[in-house]
Amino acid sequence: MTVTQAAAERAAGRPGGLLEARGLTRHFTAPRTRAVVHAVDNASMVLAPGSITALVGESGSGKSTLARLLAGLVPPTSGELALDGKVVTPGRRGRRGYARDVQLVLQDPFSSLNPVHDVRYHLARPLQVHKMCPPGVSLDDAIMALLERVALTPAAQFIRKYPHELSGGQRQRVAIARALAVQPRVLLADEPVSMLDVSIRLGVLNLLADLRENDGLTILYITHDIASARYLSDDIAVMYAGEIVESGPAVTVTDEPSHPYTQLLLSAAPNPDGGGTVALTARGGGPSLLAPPAGCRFHPRCPHAMAICSATEPPAVTVAAGHVSSCWLHAPDQAPEKGERESR
Amino acid sequence: MTARGVVTGTPLIEVRGLRVDYGAGPDAVHAVVDADLTLHSGTVLGLAGESGSGKSTLAYAMTRLLRAPGMITGGEVLLHDGARGADGYWTDRSASHGPPVPAGSSAGGHTLDLLAATEEQLRELRWSRIAVVMQSAMHALNPVMTVATQLTDVLRAHLPGLDKEARRERAGRLLEMVGIGADRLTSYPHQLSGGMRQRVMIAMALALEPAVVIMDEPTTALDVVTQREILQELAQLQHELSFAVLFITHDLSLLVEIADSIAVMYAGRLIERAPAQSLYRAPRHPYTLGLLNSFPALHGPRRRMTGIPGSPPDLRNPPSGCAFHPRCRFAMDVCRTDVPHAFSLDPGDRSAACWLQDGHVAVPPELAAGEPAAAAEPQKAGSAS
Repeated sequence: MTVTQAAAERAAGRPGGLLEARGLTRHFTAPRTRAVVHAVDNASMVLAPGSITALVGESGSGKSTLARLLAGLVPPTSGELALDGKVVTPGRRGRRGYARDVQLVLQDPFSSLNPVHDVRYHLARPLQVHKMCPPGVSLDDAIMALLERVALTPAAQFIRKYPHELSGGQRQRVAIARALAVQPRVLLADEPVSMLDVSIRLGVLNLLADLRENDGLTILYITHDIASARYLSDDIAVMYAGEIVESGPAVTVTDEPSHPYTQLLLSAAPNPDGGGTVALTARGGGPSLLAPPAGCRFHPRCPHAMAICSATEPPAVTVAAGHVSSCWLHAPDQAPEKGERESR
Repeated sequence: MTARGVVTGTPLIEVRGLRVDYGAGPDAVHAVVDADLTLHSGTVLGLAGESGSGKSTLAYAMTRLLRAPGMITGGEVLLHDGARGADGYWTDRSASHGPPVPAGSSAGGHTLDLLAATEEQLRELRWSRIAVVMQSAMHALNPVMTVATQLTDVLRAHLPGLDKEARRERAGRLLEMVGIGADRLTSYPHQLSGGMRQRVMIAMALALEPAVVIMDEPTTALDVVTQREILQELAQLQHELSFAVLFITHDLSLLVEIADSIAVMYAGRLIERAPAQSLYRAPRHPYTLGLLNSFPALHGPRRRMTGIPGSPPDLRNPPSGCAFHPRCRFAMDVCRTDVPHAFSLDPGDRSAACWLQDGHVAVPPELAAGEPAAAAEPQKAGSAS
């Protein structure tokens, strides 16, 4: 089955979310100055069971902070998480159960694996701590099964290796296997391929696709590379300056982006088929998260900015089925401006 | 800039049979083996390769910036003293200092082997004829010196005729050239964004109007919008100042857009060289084909892509024969035993180091796509809009 078919099937009968973020906000306070960093503001997203959602954003957009919020590693300043529709309560007991269901894979497999322990140790720990080794199955067999799931074969050859004996791609597969050890239902993958060599990135992305396809794993794929997001995911959410500005089906968001920031991201991405000339619709970088701009945070860079954009936060407007854009251009009562925009 | 795919200009740097080892004796790692490369004046040559392929080592060796345990064990790097393609950016250039090339090589058409050059000759050449932009501007800039100090330092060393005010004025103009206000001269590197730091590095590299700028992953650490801005500015500057660029990156999809011609490196060897569009539309080496198949497209129908199976080789223990054969789906018996040399292909400005291209076997259709028609080629990327 192709990626597209799978996405279409899932979009057709989309059930409720397995993991939901409801208005998650996380502010960090600087130690001496007491300045407040608005890392993530009012982020809501729904991870449907068995879907792959991509969270796309540039560095500093808050996508990794959102991943840590979703993993329960940092508590939100406000907002809540819901798993199976039930609000997740903080606390040690709840934490262990939540960690079993929601696992995080980090960007850098060179630092997320312990250099003094071998592969066996890395995979045995979660199996033991969470008592995940099925009765009657030896620990080594369970570990071998995990290695085979991430295509590290022959598994017997890898089980005694140390991280330094593995390539980047193999290390990342061990990190994924470690996350899979507790049989999670949600896998949060924070830039899982950006540290890897180009020629092996697709292998890891395809592994994630297979885990969804074969095991029904729900995946959040966090990346700065919108082309790989389009390749892998059913849905894309775009983050800018701590807020989710657009979300929708992956192909729709990339083929018909409705938020000016998404349009900018797509125009700037490398595109060998693009025929050469690129007209960037905006310049510069993101705003300071210490004092984010009033209204829409993108308005200082936005080529379509109107008076209202600098005054009032834009509503989340549904522009098509499942396609939401937080932009005043799409608000119904901004129709006159909309006509003007389309004449550009 | 030249139309894409058409390499014009005279040879500026010719690398011939360059070999670089790390370490010595039987344990030596051959990081670069028999590299042949020609950079033409006023063009962009892309050097693509994964980490550990030797692309940075090649650039460092070319410029004699290689440090121990790296050792150049053979070859030559010829720097031709060609005429400048366009009028210099600085009109007072000739009045303020002499020709920047070493004494004895200033006559037109003179050629210097950089690998045999003395330290004195190299000191004269660096910055003024060949400048280098590194990936990490944060590490390349001195954190305790202002931008002005670092920019004027280059000018002071190479243009002793300039007084303090003139140097500062020129430093300001250099900053403005890369899109930064001259008021930023008093800034320290930590006060600049990543994109601005990289722009300062580019301004510094262009301070003496070099004929060649070598850029090692100059935009890899930057966000995609900033990367695009800098590439556009670079294209504009290159158009105005007509320097040649050796652009090193792992991002082949980016190179196809910005380079005139591309060389692909794998395990220390240049495995394919071709005009950018030819390489993109009609790759001749299985590794290039696999690499092109590793970048998902931004448009069109989504289909499952394969990438390349396996991992890049460990150069301490390289595979026999062609280093790519363990990952190559076209591998033949000869590939496991004999290293292919670069076979010249039609049209004459391309080559591939692959036994499939030696003319004696049937080439798989994937590696025999037709050359893109020259007329249909789009104009080069990056002309600032």
